[in-house]
Amino acid sequence: MTTTTPSSVGSGLDRVEGLDKVTGRARYAFEYSPRDLAYAVPVQAAVARGEIRAVDVDAVLKYPGVIAAIWYGNAPRLASDDGGELAVLQSPRVAYRGQYIGVVVAETLQDAREAAGLVRVEYAAERHDVELRADHPGLYRPEVVNPDFPADVEQGDPDAALAAAPIVVDAVYSTPAEHNNPMEPHATVAAWDGDGLTLHDSNQGASAVRDTVAALFGMPPANVRVISPHVGGGFGSKGLPHPHVVLAALAAKQVGRPVKLAVTRQQMFAVTGYRTPTIQRVRLGADAGGRLTAIVHEAFEQSSTIKEFAEQTTVPTRMMYAAPDRRTTHRLVRLDVPTPSWMRAPGETPGMFALESAMDELAIACRLDPVELRIRNEPETDPESGLPFSSRNLVACLREGARRFGWAGRDPAPGVRRRGRLLVGTGVAASTYPVYRRPSRASVRAEPDGRFTVRIAAADIGTGARTVLTQIAADALRAPVDRVRVEIGDSALPTASLAGGSMGTASWGTAVVRACEALLEELDRRGGDLPAGGVEADADTSEEIRGQRRFARHAFGAQFAEVGVDVDTGETRALRLLGVFAAGRIVNPKTARSQFVGGMTMGLSMALLEESVMDREFGDYLNHDLAQYHVAACADVRDIEALWVEEDDPHLNPMGSKGIGEIGIVGTAAAIANAVHHATGVRIRDLPIRLDKLVR
Amino acid sequence: MRPFAYRRATDARAAVAALSEQPNAMYLGGGTNLVDLMRLGVIAPEALVDVTRVASDTVEETAGGGLLIGAGVRNSDLAAHPVVRRRYPMLAQAVLSGASGQIRNMATVGGNLLQRTRCSYFQDVSKPCNKRQPGSGCPAVEGDHRNLAIIGHSAACVATHPSDMAVALAALGTSVHVEGRHGARQVTMPGLHRLPGGEPDRDTVLDPGDLITAVELPALPFAARSRYRKVRDRASFAFAVVSVAAALDVAGGVVRDCRIAFGGLAHVPWRAELAEEALRGSPATEAEFARAADAELARARPLPENGFKVPLTRNVLVRTLTELAETP
Ligand SMILES: Cc1cc2nc3c(=O)[nH]c(=O)nc-3n(C[C@H](O)[C@H](O)[C@H](O)COP(=O)(O)OP(=O)(O)OC[C@H]3O[C@@H](n4cnc5c(N)ncnc54)[C@H](O)[C@@H]3O)c2cc1C
Ligand code: SF4
Repeated sequence: MTTTTPSSVGSGLDRVEGLDKVTGRARYAFEYSPRDLAYAVPVQAAVARGEIRAVDVDAVLKYPGVIAAIWYGNAPRLASDDGGELAVLQSPRVAYRGQYIGVVVAETLQDAREAAGLVRVEYAAERHDVELRADHPGLYRPEVVNPDFPADVEQGDPDAALAAAPIVVDAVYSTPAEHNNPMEPHATVAAWDGDGLTLHDSNQGASAVRDTVAALFGMPPANVRVISPHVGGGFGSKGLPHPHVVLAALAAKQVGRPVKLAVTRQQMFAVTGYRTPTIQRVRLGADAGGRLTAIVHEAFEQSSTIKEFAEQTTVPTRMMYAAPDRRTTHRLVRLDVPTPSWMRAPGETPGMFALESAMDELAIACRLDPVELRIRNEPETDPESGLPFSSRNLVACLREGARRFGWAGRDPAPGVRRRGRLLVGTGVAASTYPVYRRPSRASVRAEPDGRFTVRIAAADIGTGARTVLTQIAADALRAPVDRVRVEIGDSALPTASLAGGSMGTASWGTAVVRACEALLEELDRRGGDLPAGGVEADADTSEEIRGQRRFARHAFGAQFAEVGVDVDTGETRALRLLGVFAAGRIVNPKTARSQFVGGMTMGLSMALLEESVMDREFGDYLNHDLAQYHVAACADVRDIEALWVEEDDPHLNPMGSKGIGEIGIVGTAAAIANAVHHATGVRIRDLPIRLDKLVR
Repeated sequence: MRPFAYRRATDARAAVAALSEQPNAMYLGGGTNLVDLMRLGVIAPEALVDVTRVASDTVEETAGGGLLIGAGVRNSDLAAHPVVRRRYPMLAQAVLSGASGQIRNMATVGGNLLQRTRCSYFQDVSKPCNKRQPGSGCPAVEGDHRNLAIIGHSAACVATHPSDMAVALAALGTSVHVEGRHGARQVTMPGLHRLPGGEPDRDTVLDPGDLITAVELPALPFAARSRYRKVRDRASFAFAVVSVAAALDVAGGVVRDCRIAFGGLAHVPWRAELAEEALRGSPATEAEFARAADAELARARPLPENGFKVPLTRNVLVRTLTELAETP
């Protein structure tokens, strides 16, 4: 018998948990309230560097409703203490302003909050240094940059090639610190039961949180359960557990009761990571025809004194364009600042702003159309490794984008187009993001009633992961989607990789497909005889992924922008954005479009608005709420469109998909900055492009 | 927990009486600023006297041809009022340019006038601030002041008043009706808000316990040709970097009269009296508008990071006046 179930992959299936979310039935971490719950409110350091001498605990304990006030002096010791960001309350040292240095646990949130405000801390403050500079004496070359790339790569003799190049662009770009602001702030509810710990937690990977927390408390991972069925956004800021998770678990242990801890929006600017500010010098050498002969890209960035976080800013430059002589470097300085972390497309986002701005400057220097310049520098194989690309359709994206956007016939002259009081211009930039895949496990069960249950500790942080896994499983099982139920967001499910690095669908999807294949085989073997309890099969993709052929695997895209700059005020608005992406097979066009458009919106926001302002005197990020830290509002996003080209890449995974969560933000800021130059003749090399940089 | 009492007053006298009984009490309007500041620990009133029902539905024409607007009128209702839109378009535009739809639905006229500065240090109780804690210092002078004052500030405080509505009211020469312990009085704008001087903790000339009951717009026929232009970093839901409220009375190409006020420049909604003076009787040309702007801005003393506000203000004033002059 042949069944003809239409393929679900490729269809715009609505989010399977959509109804639960809009009706409020979907519960987020903070909404879980175990019995006998207490509330924890952290105490934050008021100095940027120094040592805690004393904390007046007794005064706090007198406050009504207070159960405990915990700090270094009376905190339980963790089993593993690397002195890093997660060694919460394990040392009297203060590494940055806003660091968690204590916690008050009380019967109500109000009591805990009020009492936390009363905690008197005596510090021995030391002079702090919170300013990133390209000539900072503390700059050093990290061993590797994230996740494991060499800090410096050099091929050929770029200095000689630059000296010999008839056309050279040499410019310094900078991007400010930027903070992830997912709608749902981080939250953890921690409950101990003997040696077992249950965490309701908002994160991007329950398995990873379980492993990290288990190690810190010296427990087998099996004793920790992390439950996170719904997560209100993360963008990387929930990829690694941050100090609040440890603090909640530690507080719950100390008081012997379940404890609920919500990170406030203000606290997020200190304790849940941010994109490091960068200073980047880019030098491009080219011949008169615009062919690159040399590429030098140097990045300067920061981390805290307690953790080396080395953003891979110049890594995308290693594979973007062909040029025989090249050098890419990273220098890091450890300052008395909060620890940076992942923020949507870490590395690619700031790095491609610089590279793609410099490419625009080169196009102008060579009197070449910027689309054509990029096409001329398209490499045959990965310039760094020499590996073939599994697929590379940047040129197709540029051509399709140019056609849709109406690029042809663009007058390159800057500062000459007026629409009323607006100076108008257009810009383009390339976009890219690597294709990763990590080992995961999954199981699937054929239920006696003809339904299937798929289990994997994947995370849906609002991306639609649960939905696309349902589609992938349905196709693999040759069943309609309404017979497939996917359970995710729980570390008790088969271990899975993070929702990060745009690798969720590829990693989890592979495991789900393999588990489904195994189940079908098993069902075949049984010849349709299903026992009363159903039949289950599982898969582990470790070997498959270890054994995969070596290719340079990347997604690509082209971003086009039209901006209007008010001649009187310098106010810049993006009038039109178009992104065209080549990201393998699109599993669900509806959720995919949201990812692309969301990424582009975040890129717009980065280009024009976002900046975390470091206060030199106090050493913290000053504008720590959404009234002061500007994220694009609806009125900023006028006309935005995301499309994709067909791409058939057999070297990826069973779905043929590339990650789409991050590529949308890459290049957007450069496209906008390039358009601002086209509109005004002013080249803005330091983000954000705010009116004070343009008003005359 | 920090408990506080709540009660609702329905008439002005009762509200004033309630406040004089309880020294650490405050009036509550829509709460969109006050409740935020309570959450941040900037203020900690022991009692809130809700005055949103006091004069919440008055928008009346006065005998003198003006308009009397109750202090409890919501910002959304004020902006939508047909008489306001027709006769005082700058006011409707100013109110509409502020905050978001949800906040304007809550915010009242009285509360909007008395909202506090958005200076970051003021809102962060872990830091010094002369306005919040007199004598503690002003970190904004050396720190972040990109969006703070360029005119009329003091060494003690460089904050700006954030209200858009107040800028239009200052331009119009509004009379603020106040009920105090010693009876009713009126305060004319500009003149409600004060420059920081050595006492930045005092935003206005009002005494503790003073209740704003209404604002009265004067009859100003030429205000029908007026507008509010707000410059901001984000296209919506952002405070003004600079704003201008302007009304222009032009006859035969000559400026007969005008009203100009700026937002985002000072501790008060800044009435540009020098610019107005320079313009009266002058030809309504761009060159004259620029001269008027310069006359006002000659007094500006920008801080290291906000010098851009000077050319910005000049440009915005010239553009706004030019557009008004071109409006039939
Ligand atoms: C995110 C955000 C963005 C905003 N953006 C803007 C903007 O762009 N432009 C702008 O202009 N505003 C903006 N606002 C501020 C908003 O306009 C004010 O919060 C609002 O107008 C205050 O009105 P309210 O009635 O809520 O005042 P409340 O918060 O209730 O009170 C404010 C103060 O006024 C006092 N008060 C209230 N009524 C009276 C009265 N009748 N007599 C005497 N005292 C009284 C209170 O005691 C308190 O001190 C924004 C606010 C937020 C939160
Ligand atoms: S400018 Fe005024 S409000 Fe801001 S810190 Fe200084 S004193 Fe406080």
